[in-house]
Amino acid sequence: MGKINITIDNRELQVEEGTTILEAAKGIGIDIPTLCHMKLDDLDVENKPAGCRLCVVEVEGRRNLAPSCATDVYEGLKVRSNTMRVVNARRTVMEFILSDHPKDCLICPKNMECDLQDMAARLGVREIPNHENCEMSTYRLDTSPSIVRNMDKCIMCRKCETMCNDVQTVGALHAVGRGFEAVVSTPFHMDLDDTTCTYCGQCVAVCPTAALTEVNHTNKVIRAIADPTKTVVVQTAPAVRAALGEDFGMEPGNLVTGQMVAGLRSLGFDYVFDTDFGADVTIMEEGTELLNRLGKHLAGDKDVKLPILTSCCPGWVNFFESQFPDMLDIPSTARSPQQIFGSLAKTYFADILKIKREDMVVVSIMPCLAKKYEAQRDEFKVDGNPDVDLSITTRELAHLMKQANLNLVNLPEEDFDQPMGESTGAGVIFGTTGGVIEAATRTAYEMHTKKELVDVEFHQLRGFEGIREATVDFDGLDIKIGIAHGLGNARKLLEDIRDGKSEFHAIEVMACPGGCIGGGGQPYHHGDSSILKKRASALYREDAGKKKRKSHESPAVIKVYEEFLGAPMSEKAHHLLHTSYFGKKKSGPQIVED
Amino acid sequence: MSIVCEKDKLQKQHQLRIKEICQGFGGEHSELINILHACQGYFGYLPAEVQEEIGMQINMPVSKVFGVVTFYSFFTMKPKGRFPISICTGTACYVRGADKLVDEFQRELGIDVGQTTGDGKFSISTLRCVGACGLAPVVMVGDKTYGHVSPNKVKKILKEYKKEE
Repeated sequence: MGKINITIDNRELQVEEGTTILEAAKGIGIDIPTLCHMKLDDLDVENKPAGCRLCVVEVEGRRNLAPSCATDVYEGLKVRSNTMRVVNARRTVMEFILSDHPKDCLICPKNMECDLQDMAARLGVREIPNHENCEMSTYRLDTSPSIVRNMDKCIMCRKCETMCNDVQTVGALHAVGRGFEAVVSTPFHMDLDDTTCTYCGQCVAVCPTAALTEVNHTNKVIRAIADPTKTVVVQTAPAVRAALGEDFGMEPGNLVTGQMVAGLRSLGFDYVFDTDFGADVTIMEEGTELLNRLGKHLAGDKDVKLPILTSCCPGWVNFFESQFPDMLDIPSTARSPQQIFGSLAKTYFADILKIKREDMVVVSIMPCLAKKYEAQRDEFKVDGNPDVDLSITTRELAHLMKQANLNLVNLPEEDFDQPMGESTGAGVIFGTTGGVIEAATRTAYEMHTKKELVDVEFHQLRGFEGIREATVDFDGLDIKIGIAHGLGNARKLLEDIRDGKSEFHAIEVMACPGGCIGGGGQPYHHGDSSILKKRASALYREDAGKKKRKSHESPAVIKVYEEFLGAPMSEKAHHLLHTSYFGKKKSGPQIVED
Repeated sequence: MSIVCEKDKLQKQHQLRIKEICQGFGGEHSELINILHACQGYFGYLPAEVQEEIGMQINMPVSKVFGVVTFYSFFTMKPKGRFPISICTGTACYVRGADKLVDEFQRELGIDVGQTTGDGKFSISTLRCVGACGLAPVVMVGDKTYGHVSPNKVKKILKEYKKEE
């Protein structure tokens, strides 16, 4: 494509044909305000409904103002992005948006993290003319196990719709109605819980306001800690340590494992443990299951299901349960690290402490919203008592620490408690796309070949492309591995399997783009996907610094099998560490005979 | 015609009809509006079950089908009456008192615009210009057009249909 000469604010520049004015301006450091435009370069995702109209600019020779996000450059284009006409128009647009937006900012879940609030401040809006007489559009508050929809606060940027449909291909949300009634909603305004929603939370991750937020459990956590009759155990997912610092003003990519442990201990948790321990156990179970299926396949068993699919990600589990209910026998039956941890905490560890499971509260810190849903699934309860009582996000933990006057930056580095705080590098990389399968490969390789794996880093499995393929040599046996992150990419691999075109032995799927590091519960990235890469490299750094980097070499894992579980896939392990899946009705009426 | 026997259920014959319509448009996503037009033409309205079945047939999330149905005012999710009343509120009719006709029809029938009477006989909607501005204000009942309608004629018009079974 050719280069085009344009002028923005009296500065001459050359840009590629097909560039929008907004992008061209950004290229020379002019940040045109917008609320609805979103471009996630690394994920090839763009949202530009040209709906908010804040990005309008003056174009020479054009009568009206042009939305810069949806106007392509052309040879000789002359743009003025900051004339008083433009400034006035933007402020008027903002006044219109605010006239139909609740003004409870002080107690809003997004207070100080709201793009709309920032924009109002940036545009200097200090009054909303006649707003006392304005009617506001109001909607029913919809609370699901993971996500709260408060559509009174929707500004119709439609970023959530792009994530739900174009990236995740879930199709739970869409723009509905027109004019004053326009809002992003579910089919027939039904509860989110009744739709195909997977609770991946990518809609929440990009929502500029508090229209979409997580179900907040921080008050329940506070009450549990304050209850002297309860032993409160906390587990932290790998991706949390690579992002928590951002909510305390640290640069993305900072690892804050030690400070996070100190903070949790200071909050009053009785035992500060690591979900990575659960991840190491997951690998023992999932790796063994892979080798079992592979062994049968190599022995000529035609009924064995390959490829095996990872099952750590609850958003992904929800996706295949609702979208591929005919293929429930393909995923690994191993529970996710969160649930394996919870199950062992309330059996193995409760036995060590000699307390009843009812007297223990397990809290998980997750980068994820679907984990809230997963924790309350009936399969993970014993007599109504859940293995994981409360799941809170990275963001909620940051809020909790700030409430308790803890600044992560000033905390010392402390170590996890034992025995469930010990983990390997394999458990750490669970938090990024490609990490689960790399961890599984390290263990499965040694289990299968009985040889030592010297170089544990499988760089062919790493990266950020949506779908990746690699072949790993298991001492003469080629293992074909597929990796997908983002549910739209996962769908492609699933459809290949259904069509009999898949040649993989094992496939790793993570629902969120980038994996858990890009989860719906992480600090807001505000559309900057380079942050995700920095978080991923932080996890690989922690892995590289670990003494043990293979799950089966973890002393804590060896001990739990010796003293409690027996062997991987044993009857006890099956009972405590595996699960089953249930098909959910895909939308569509029941057909009855005439 | 009420085509839904029970909530979330659809008769086989209606499913087949929807399938035929979708196939007639090649099952293309870009044909959604035409498919919705054809289905509403056949069923009279577009209940949730029909929208869900359309989504299944053309492999489109039902959220999107619903989004389009709610965007265009032509589409309706409520069954219209046997005698649908359309009051033109285009400019010419409006300045000649169409708003008073809307009030009068609503008062006589005890329903609002967009609603259907309990016996399923009448429904009221408004539309913009039927191309008979010389007769303003204009009201249509089914295919029949009434011109120069004044509020005191409303009762008489309704009487014609009330005696029909």
